[in-house]
Amino acid sequence: MKMLTCKDASRLVSEAQERRLGFRERWGLRLHLWICDNCRRFERQIRLLRRALRTLARRAETDTQGPDLSPAAQDRIRKAVAERDGHSH
Amino acid sequence: MQTDKDSPEHWVDEHGSALYRYALIRLRDEHKAEELVQETFLAALQARERFAGGSSMRTWLIGILKHKILDQFRHEAREVVLDNPEPGGDDYDGLVEESFLADGHWSAMISDWGNPEEALEKGQFWAILQYCLDRLPKRLARLFMLRELLEEGTEDICKDLAITPTNVWTMLYRARLGLRQCLDKNWVGEARGS
Repeated sequence: MKMLTCKDASRLVSEAQERRLGFRERWGLRLHLWICDNCRRFERQIRLLRRALRTLARRAETDTQGPDLSPAAQDRIRKAVAERDGHSH
Repeated sequence: MQTDKDSPEHWVDEHGSALYRYALIRLRDEHKAEELVQETFLAALQARERFAGGSSMRTWLIGILKHKILDQFRHEAREVVLDNPEPGGDDYDGLVEESFLADGHWSAMISDWGNPEEALEKGQFWAILQYCLDRLPKRLARLFMLRELLEEGTEDICKDLAITPTNVWTMLYRARLGLRQCLDKNWVGEARGS
């Protein structure tokens, strides 16, 4: 089996988050990560990124940090809702 | 159960900012985010009978908003095809080539980020992640948001944006290389005090 380059390996690290790698790909990657410090660190970082984004994706429902809807926008939206709500009664 | 707090006159106070933040981080556009929050409330008014109260009002509203954001992305993706996008095409086009030497080795050493658990506990990490997400080129960002923050699968993304799976994977790869590099420069660099 031809050895993977770091370029090949890094792409597989990313694709492993998207699809199930084939048998050869999986073993090629495992072998490469075993001998390559850079790619091993890269893989950890890409996994950390995924974990961080998952956390971020779920945060909206409870989180109170970050920018608020501006008072002007709140007014505007409140009016639009009241108006539409009035019509439906 | 429908409580008084769930009635429409309280929606903006109770949920406005949470919905806005949800939209803003994905759309990266304040006006669009405000617009979709308003549309979400209006759509919710019409569908109010369908809110069974099984989940929280907030969760229900976010579900509606999510669909609005997906529609917005699909719409933009079609527009972009028409005026054939970003001339010069900055989709981090050169990034893969820059990151590697001709023989396929990394062109620069990948630094050690230390303990990842610790990273996620630091407020600073999140601020810099936000900063880096804001800097993704537009087309890549849309795809990346669909995948990572709206948690769509490859198949749905292919349909939404009318591109092939290989294309999706290539773009996600570039987005990840770019984000990693940005985090490395701004967060790890910072932490090291360099």
